[in-house]
This record gives sequence, C-alpha cells and structure tokens, in this order.
Amino acid sequence: MKHIIEASDITKTFANGKIALDNVSVNVPEGAIYGLLGPNGAGKTTLIRIINHITAPDAGTVTFDGHPLTQNDVEHIGYLPEERGLYKKMKVGEQALFFARLKGLSRHDATIRLTQWFDRLGISDWWNKKVEELSKGMAQKVQFIITVLHNPKLLIFDEPFSGFDPINAKMLKDEILELRRQGATVIFSSHNMASVEEICDEITLINQGHNILSGNVKQIRQEYSDGRFMLDFTGDPARLAAALKPLTTDLEFIDSPLEEASRLRMHLEPGTDLKSVISTVNEVIEIRAVNPDIASLNDIFIKTVGEKSSLTKTAE
Amino acid sequence: MASKIGLITSREYMTRVTKKSFILTTIITPLAMIALMIIPVVLMNLADDDSRTILVVDDTGIIAPSLSNTKEFSYVSVDEPLDSLLARDNIDGILAINDSVIAGTAPLRLYSNGATSISLEGNIVNQVNNLIEERRLKEYDIADLDKILEAVKSDVSITTIRTDRKDGDENASAFVSYGVGVLLTFILYMFLLLYGQMVMTSIIEEKNNRVLEIVVSSIKPTQLMLGKIMGIGLVALTQIVLWCGLLTLMSTLVFPMLMPAESMAELQQLQAGSLDITAYDSDDIEVLRALGMLGNVGYLLSIMGWMTLFLIGGFLFYSAINAAIGSAVDNIQDASQLQTLVVLPIIIGLVCSMTAAASPNSSLAFWMSIIPITSPMVMMARIPAGIPTWEILLSLAILVVSIYAMIWMAAKIYRVGIFMYGKKPTIKEMLKWIRYK
Repeated sequence: MKHIIEASDITKTFANGKIALDNVSVNVPEGAIYGLLGPNGAGKTTLIRIINHITAPDAGTVTFDGHPLTQNDVEHIGYLPEERGLYKKMKVGEQALFFARLKGLSRHDATIRLTQWFDRLGISDWWNKKVEELSKGMAQKVQFIITVLHNPKLLIFDEPFSGFDPINAKMLKDEILELRRQGATVIFSSHNMASVEEICDEITLINQGHNILSGNVKQIRQEYSDGRFMLDFTGDPARLAAALKPLTTDLEFIDSPLEEASRLRMHLEPGTDLKSVISTVNEVIEIRAVNPDIASLNDIFIKTVGEKSSLTKTAE
Repeated sequence: MASKIGLITSREYMTRVTKKSFILTTIITPLAMIALMIIPVVLMNLADDDSRTILVVDDTGIIAPSLSNTKEFSYVSVDEPLDSLLARDNIDGILAINDSVIAGTAPLRLYSNGATSISLEGNIVNQVNNLIEERRLKEYDIADLDKILEAVKSDVSITTIRTDRKDGDENASAFVSYGVGVLLTFILYMFLLLYGQMVMTSIIEEKNNRVLEIVVSSIKPTQLMLGKIMGIGLVALTQIVLWCGLLTLMSTLVFPMLMPAESMAELQQLQAGSLDITAYDSDDIEVLRALGMLGNVGYLLSIMGWMTLFLIGGFLFYSAINAAIGSAVDNIQDASQLQTLVVLPIIIGLVCSMTAAASPNSSLAFWMSIIPITSPMVMMARIPAGIPTWEILLSLAILVVSIYAMIWMAAKIYRVGIFMYGKKPTIKEMLKWIRYK
C-alpha cells in the first residue's frame, strides 16, 4: 500500500526539556481516513506540526508522497488547527484570498474557487463582512473553506469537532467524506474517540509521547472484542454468575434495553466456545439475546492507556 | 517563497495604511507643525491692533517728551495731576516720573488698570534708562560726544568657516543644526518606539487570535516574522516620506511667501557673499542664516535622505527585539517588563542625542553614533552639523551587520516562542531558545 505520510522514529523534545514524542512512527495510507488519537498532551499536535513542516523533529524522518518532506509540500497539505482564528479586522473574502495565495494559488484561481465554495455553503453574502461580525459557527465555515480550498492531497484536522455546533459538525463530516471520495487523504486528531471511530479506517493511539497502538480500526476492535459477549436474560443473576464462573474471566451486570430483562457482559476464558456457554446458561436462566460485545475505541483507549499508566507506575 | 513573504508584507501594509487613524495622523501632524509655526506670528499681528496708551506724568519734564512710541504702546505726556488722573477709569496706564527717579533713589511708578506685560515694563525701563544715561553723559560736557559714542560702539558677529569642507559653506548656523538635530532625534525616537511597539502588539495579537497556527501551516515562522517587520517598516517609511515631502514643499513654496521680500533679498545677498555684514545687527545675521538653511532644499533633502536610512536601520534593529519579545509572551502586560530591553537603549540614545546635538564632535557623540544600540538617533543628532561622510557610512555599515545578527537571533526565539503559551519566559530562557533545534 502506498503511504502519503511516513513518519519514522520521530523524537521531539520541547524547549523546556519535556519529551513530546519519543520514537513515534506513523504511516498514513493514501486515500485513507486516519485517526491520531490520544489524551490531551499526548503529543498529537506536536506530531501534526512536524508533518506540516512547522517544526522540525530532533530525530527521525518524514516523507511526503514518497520523498522527504520539504516546505514546498505544504502547498499540498490543508491544515485546520485545533486553535484556530482569523484576522478580525479583515473582510472575509479578502482574508480567504490571502490564505489561498499563501498556499500558492493565483489570485484568479483562488477567486473562482472561493466563489464556488461560498456558493456551495450558502455564505456568498459574507464576502464583504468583517470577520469580527461573524459568529463562531460562521467563522468555522470560513476556516474550513480556507483549509480545503487549494485541493490538498492531505487534509489534517486537529480536534475538528471541538467547538462546532451539531449542524456544522455534520456539514464538516459530509464535506470531508466527499473530499475523500475525490481522492484526498484525511488525518484526524482527537481525544474524542466517538467522534472519529465511525469514519476512520486506521488509527494510531498516542499516549505520553509514545505510539501505543496502530492499525486498522475494524481489526483492532475485533481483536479487543474476541471472546466478549453480551447476554440479555430473565432469571436469577446469582445462579447465572455461579454457573458461568468456570467459563469466564470478567462478568458485569448492567441494565438491559429489553423489558424485564438484565444484561450481562462477559469475557470468555480462552479456548471456551460460545456454544457450550449458551447450553450452560440455558439451564439456569432464560436467554433473550446473545450478541458479540464489540469494544468501542473509547473502551480500547481507556484500557490501553490505563494499562500503560499502571505499567509505568509499577516500573517507578 | 519570496512571493509569500511579499504576501505577508502587503497584507500587513495594506491593512495599516488604509486605516482611518493612519491617514489622519499622516495628514494632520504636518499641518499641526505648520500651525505651530504660523499661529504665534498671527497672534502677534493681532496683538498689534490692540495698542495701549500710557499717560505720562513727568514732574521733571525731562523724560516725557523724549519717550518714543512703539507699535504696542504710545506714550502721551499730560499735565494733569496724578490724583485726578487716577480718579478716571478709562485709562490703560499712568507712568509717574519725579526727580528722585532721575537721581536713582526711587523707582518709577506705573499705575495700571489690569495686569501689565513684561514687554511694557521692559520698554519703559529701557527708554528711561537710556534717557537718564544720555543726560548724565551730557552733564560732563564732552565735545563731539555723539561721534565718540558712535566710534566706540561694537557689534561683532561670528562667521564659522569649515576647514573640513571644500564648498566652504560659511553660512551654516550652529544654532539651526542644533535645532534640526534635536528635532530629527525626536522624530526618530517617536517612530522607533511607536512602530517597534506596533510589531510587538501585532505578533501578540496574532498569537492570541490563534490565526498564527493557520498562517505558519503555509509559510515558515521566520518568513512570517520578516514579512511582518517589513510590512510595518514600509508603513513607517510611507509616513516619513509623506512628511518629508510635505515639509520640503513648504520650505520651497510656503516659506518664501511668508518671508518679507526685503529679508529674501538680504538672504540672497548673504548667500552670494555680497551682503555687508557689518551693517547689520549680529542677531539679524543669525536669523538670516537660519532662514537660509531651512530654505535650502539641498540641505533638507540630504538630511532627510540620511534620516530615512537611519529610520529603516533603527526600525529593523529594534523591531527584531520587539518581535522576539512579542512571540514569547501571551499579552501586552507580560511584555512590558521585557520591553525595557528596547525602550532603555532608545531612551539612552535620546539623552545622548541631546548632548551630541550640542557638541557633535565630542568623543561621546562619536562613539554613541557608531555603536548600533544608540547609533541611529545619535547619528541623526550629529548629521545636521555636518560631519565627515565616512563616519556616517561606518555607522550605517555596523548597523546593517547588527541588524542581520539581531534578526537571526529574533527569528530563532520567535519560532519557539509563538508556540509557547502560559508562563512568561525569562530573558535567560529566551536566549536558550536560540540554541534549540
């Protein structure tokens, strides 16, 4: 598979001596939607700045589209930072033109494309408004257009949904999917797993400057869901627990969405087969439904980050 | 890449010069300066119409007939007794003279309805003193006294001939070069502070606004900083060029119109060397020379040319420091302490300039105008007096080298500082950033 970004063994130390990234490698396949996940302060933004050629890594290499990343490549990257703003006193159209030309578009091309985008998002009458007159949501639309206007091969969104209202967030998501259909690669960075798990193909989990998990979202979720099931039942939970004890490691009773039923989340002992579990429980309670318990990225995130931090704690 | 810096520069420039406040200050300031020059003249002319009549009660009868009227005051000798005059109320002033005044044992008495002016009191005292002196001299009864007095009278004027200049411009006025030097230094001082501050606030604003992160995804931080400094520098340049243009226009067109034709003729004679200096009062010659220098377009243009160069140089030097400071802090409050780094040298420069303008060739003035921290301002204080060109060029060359060094350092600090939020860094930390990769 061709990678548009190959970041290998990136290490970066801040000016104050804090290690931001320690030997992190990330490969982003062309045409994918890639999630860069991790808690706040994990080093995501630093990695994105390195990919954007804003800061240089202390060690490690970054290639873009097969060649070492240079300043000229930023013309093929569109970046919507987490902390985003616009020049308040400038007019919307003038400002969008300024940023488009910074990305290497000619004034003529930029004007044509901007007119199209403004029409498309229904904001044509904002052209001569000053940015300070716009609401936050309006400014976000303008920032989005600025990010994608130059038809970048690679789009990077840092915490894209933070601060977007639901309507704008939906619009943003739809437009991003459309851009992907047209061939763009998208990198999402977020600490909000739910917002990205449905659209990401691949992810990398970063915590405290380390890459702790990388791979295809479906595979990862499958891996973390192996032997995990949800059982909806009616009957005595105590008897059920006793019957399941030899076959499972984790048991957790929660509310069931079904009427008059309870739900049990269970993790089967390795080598145990679902059929034998079903026949065992069938004798003590009445089964209403059995489903695989697919781990959400959030669960996986909490689990892996938790494991890591407990590991580092014991190491200390 | 150069075109991207150009984009930053032109954005910075256009948003600033199209601001109403810029257009207003650029036009109003020179007008205010002209007004400051013209208003006192106009006021003086107005005061002329308001002449005051002083009634003189002279018991001795010696002084009153000899008092001569001026534009402002006319003296009228009256015979009425003082008491009856004092009873009247439509009188500006009454001057009482008696024998003891002449003998020098009692003061003159001036009865005034309302406050008197220094010029009135001075005029009276002068005239009366002269008359009394004249009278006492006459009492010695010396033959041909008038001729003798005329013969001993002395009024020396000074002409400085510069041996270091080939053109032998002997009409240079030390007084004018001092004034011009001080004026230029103040203008430079104002520009360096104001526009340097502008660079800093602009960077802090961009950082606070978070627009910075979007900009640096398209252009290197260093290029952004350079573009910004150049944009704001061009605004400063635009303003100074417009002002210089307006002032030159004034000195060529308006100035000669304001001056009486007689003085113009005298001035031309003076410059041609055909004026008989001995026939004039030394103060008048000095004024003529001052007018000559200010009306000399070549002199003004050369000074303005140097001014522009040192303005650009000084601006680049100080704004690099300002840029580094602006990048390192989150708000203007945090910057104020670090700004001492810029303000202190500028103020030292201003103070030294005052001395340098008074004695342009002292060694303090020389060294301060060579060392780049103070050189732009101190050099501008010295240039109007006419100093060797090599000194100016040396100072400029050192300034250019220092600008390179300063911008290099500032860029290193800037590139780290713009991503630093929160705690205000110390100068030591900022210097550490220079070595940071």
